[in-house]
Amino acid sequence: MDYAILLQILDSTLRLATPLLLACLAGLFSERAGVFDIGLEGKMLMAAMASGTVAALTGSVWLGLLAGIGASLLLAALHGIASITFRGNQLIAGVALNFLSSGITVLVAQRLFGQGGRTPPLTGDARFSPITLPFTDALAGVPIIGPFYADVISGHPILVYVALALVPLSWWVLYRTRFGLRLRAVGENPAAVDTAGVSVVGLRYAAVAITGVLCGLAGAYMATALQAGFGREMTAGRGYIALAALIFAKWRPFQALGACLLFGFFQALALRPDVVERVAHVKVPVSFLDALPYILTVLVLAGFVGKAIPPRAGGEPYVKER
Amino acid sequence: MIPGFNLLFVKAVPANVTLFIALFMAWVVWALLWRTRLGYQIRAFGKSEAAARYAGINPVRITIIAMLISGGLAGMMSINNVMGEAERLLQNSSEGAGFIGIAVALMGRNHPLGVVLAAVLFGFLYQGGAELGLWTSIPIELRIVVQGLVILFTGALDQMVRMMLGWAFRMTRMGAV
Repeated sequence: MDYAILLQILDSTLRLATPLLLACLAGLFSERAGVFDIGLEGKMLMAAMASGTVAALTGSVWLGLLAGIGASLLLAALHGIASITFRGNQLIAGVALNFLSSGITVLVAQRLFGQGGRTPPLTGDARFSPITLPFTDALAGVPIIGPFYADVISGHPILVYVALALVPLSWWVLYRTRFGLRLRAVGENPAAVDTAGVSVVGLRYAAVAITGVLCGLAGAYMATALQAGFGREMTAGRGYIALAALIFAKWRPFQALGACLLFGFFQALALRPDVVERVAHVKVPVSFLDALPYILTVLVLAGFVGKAIPPRAGGEPYVKER
Repeated sequence: MIPGFNLLFVKAVPANVTLFIALFMAWVVWALLWRTRLGYQIRAFGKSEAAARYAGINPVRITIIAMLISGGLAGMMSINNVMGEAERLLQNSSEGAGFIGIAVALMGRNHPLGVVLAAVLFGFLYQGGAELGLWTSIPIELRIVVQGLVILFTGALDQMVRMMLGWAFRMTRMGAV
């Protein structure tokens, strides 16, 4: 395998890892606060539809991004109402959101555009265009680093860099701020947080809202940057892979980056079966590469690679003692 | 096609023997959980892990057995889809039944009889939505939305009515005082 192909694969790794990373960080905030969320997929899908639709109608990608975040926040609010206020089953609420958005997105897109549940292809300002980072020209002459910087690091839509910047930011918020300490505490022992006089419900709603914003970014990236427009079921299970990455990373931000890059790498390899065959000298089925994230996650859950301990109060609605 | 059904329905129905296997399995699950020592251990373990362990129930053994039974029952789902309905293995032949299954179990209040009733409801929704899509201009995606709403209101928001009634009663009492 030559260097150019490696660069190509790494480039698409970063592109494909970005929605995983955003959704994974979204799940991180929600689950660290004790609200399990398998509705990431639905939120991403709804955000992708809203941003694709608004970007197609107005021609402005930023309005599309706002609409995506808004749509995702709406679903997050529904998830919050069901699982925090009314103490419903969090997993069922997530399943319901996935079903709802799977149907509504196609219905709305079909009604508005009549193209079989797709939005028209987005062009020009309706899409996030790749931005070239500074020093690309200056480094172009350097042998190995130059092409790496130009092809892999530089030349992505801005949301890729936003997602990467959100990793240290999430770490800082979770581990270095008062809000983060309380958020983690509410996922481990909500009764203690309540005793300290801090609102459990308020903190959990805040966490679910952050989840909504991040899933909105992920969905908007899918529709306006990774692809040109919304398509039926376009998230294709990325919400579930993000959950797998979250478990793989044992609910920690920097490890989440690593897990998402790894799973993004598998997705990039699945796009280039010819390269895999040439390097491994055996024919690897694409579906095996698709299944690899889940296989690795099961291995982690089974305790073969360290131990994955979820937040202790996760999945339990908090009932204040009467 | 089951010949006996002709007595009940005008023409032969596309149900196959899986229906009876499924109903029988619902009875088996009930008998296992509520009429055997193993079932008692499984239910006790689910109610309180600490108490079950104190009573000498082996947690690893119960978890593994419960998972094996659950895997076997889930596998029987393919009798209908592969051997009965399509009569071949199709890609993604389970069609999201696993996710609806979680909702059906919760809606049936984790009792076999309730699960049978909830499963029939979702069967109505699934087939009814397909017929609507075929014979009217109602898009078939609406079926997914309705299923989602049913799951949302019966599964996740089942406490809503109860809690709202509680609030209403407390309000009236406050008003009276």
